Amino acid sequence: MSPTNPEPVLKVEGLRKSFGDNEVLRSIDLSVAQGGVVALVGPSGSGKTTVLRSLNGLEIPDAGRITFDGGPVVNFGSGASKRELAALRDRSAMVFQHYNLFPHKTVLENVIEGPVQVQRRPKAEAIQEAEELLGRVGLAEKKDQYPHELSGGQQQRVGIVRALALRPTLLLFDEPTSALDPELVGEVLSVIKELADEGWTMVLVTHELAFAREVATEVVFMDGGVVVEHGPPETVLRDPREERTRRFVHRLLHPF
Amino acid sequence: MDIDWDLALTSLWPLIEGGLKGTIPLSLASMALGLILALLVALMRLSNNRIASGIGRAYVSVIRGTPLLVQLFVIFYGLPSIGLTIPPWPSAIIAFSLNVGGYAAEIIRAAILSVPRGQWEAGHTIGMSRTLALRRIILPQAARVSVPPLSNTFISLVKDSSLASLILVTELFRQAQEIAAFSQQFMLLYIEAAAVYWVFCLVLSAGQSRIEKRLDRYVAH
Repeated sequence: MSPTNPEPVLKVEGLRKSFGDNEVLRSIDLSVAQGGVVALVGPSGSGKTTVLRSLNGLEIPDAGRITFDGGPVVNFGSGASKRELAALRDRSAMVFQHYNLFPHKTVLENVIEGPVQVQRRPKAEAIQEAEELLGRVGLAEKKDQYPHELSGGQQQRVGIVRALALRPTLLLFDEPTSALDPELVGEVLSVIKELADEGWTMVLVTHELAFAREVATEVVFMDGGVVVEHGPPETVLRDPREERTRRFVHRLLHPF
Repeated sequence: MDIDWDLALTSLWPLIEGGLKGTIPLSLASMALGLILALLVALMRLSNNRIASGIGRAYVSVIRGTPLLVQLFVIFYGLPSIGLTIPPWPSAIIAFSLNVGGYAAEIIRAAILSVPRGQWEAGHTIGMSRTLALRRIILPQAARVSVPPLSNTFISLVKDSSLASLILVTELFRQAQEIAAFSQQFMLLYIEAAAVYWVFCLVLSAGQSRIEKRLDRYVAH
């Protein structure tokens, strides 16, 4: 699937958000092509996580519009309705930094909860699909264990499977590896890379620039609530036009 | 003091019977109704609706700020004077349920708040409404946290149910009072009543540990 597909699967226009006096988003525009992988990068406090969470209705912007190809179109500002937020969540699914698995449910129960309880799919079918997905991330034999019995990397892979099981149009990743011990980062990144290769459309917030360079079709650099620059990873991460981007990339590549 | 062992033995069964037919059903019914009420009040207090949370707060404040005995008397002896006469048993159940409702509401509210925000968000991201997330994700986790304090409430209730003897409900303590008045053996009967309450509470504590173990199965040790 080509990232230059003309019809974007997701369009974000003029997103604004303040927490009290703190303006975290000042008019964000963004578009994601079918099969595209957009990496949101930038210093902490730049607003990238707020953008991501808005796409899933976990944060409600003060103004702006989110348009999914084929619906919904959600206009913020006049107060998004519950139905509109539900429609956003129908199209996208989030993988959290801290996994947020349900501790009182087994791995399998975590994965089928959405398909069975929300999407009302037949339980047997949901279980079969969940087992298949768990097998693909190497966790088939862990299906009856509880989250606390798994390593961080395994829990995050369950988090990814839980999102996939919803069959979303768009996968969202919020710093999916930053809570992990360094030796566990690889196993999670390689799952995300496989999904990207399969053509899943995704938006991810990440500090792993090397990873972004490898999987992203587009890198969006944010700072102070605005998009400073965006473009293909080889441009934004190797040869940025803006001084702010250059300093940020340099700092991450040369921390000392 | 000579102990009248004959009386101690013959009075034991009436006391236990008073417990099994009075104290325990009275406590169980009041606890069950009280918990439903408590969940409702906890949700009211947590809601964004100011009127609902205000009503919830006022209710908890009145219940916790007035003696249970006075609440019981208002219902049984007070209401008839405005034309509402409620028999002893229902009066006791109403008073105890309202009382449990006030105390347990705070326990349940705290337990719900103790579940991390990320759990709500995870529920939302898989498409759940607030109600569904509450039922499937939040309450099961809150239940685990609230079992120990709710068990305390229940054990207190079992003991406080002796107050029902003052509005003519035949339960454990009232049996003891009647036998004591008849035999004039006050020390013996009241110590015996205390012992029976104590055994009941020991059994309940054992039950609490079992429930806690069951709910702890998904938690790291």
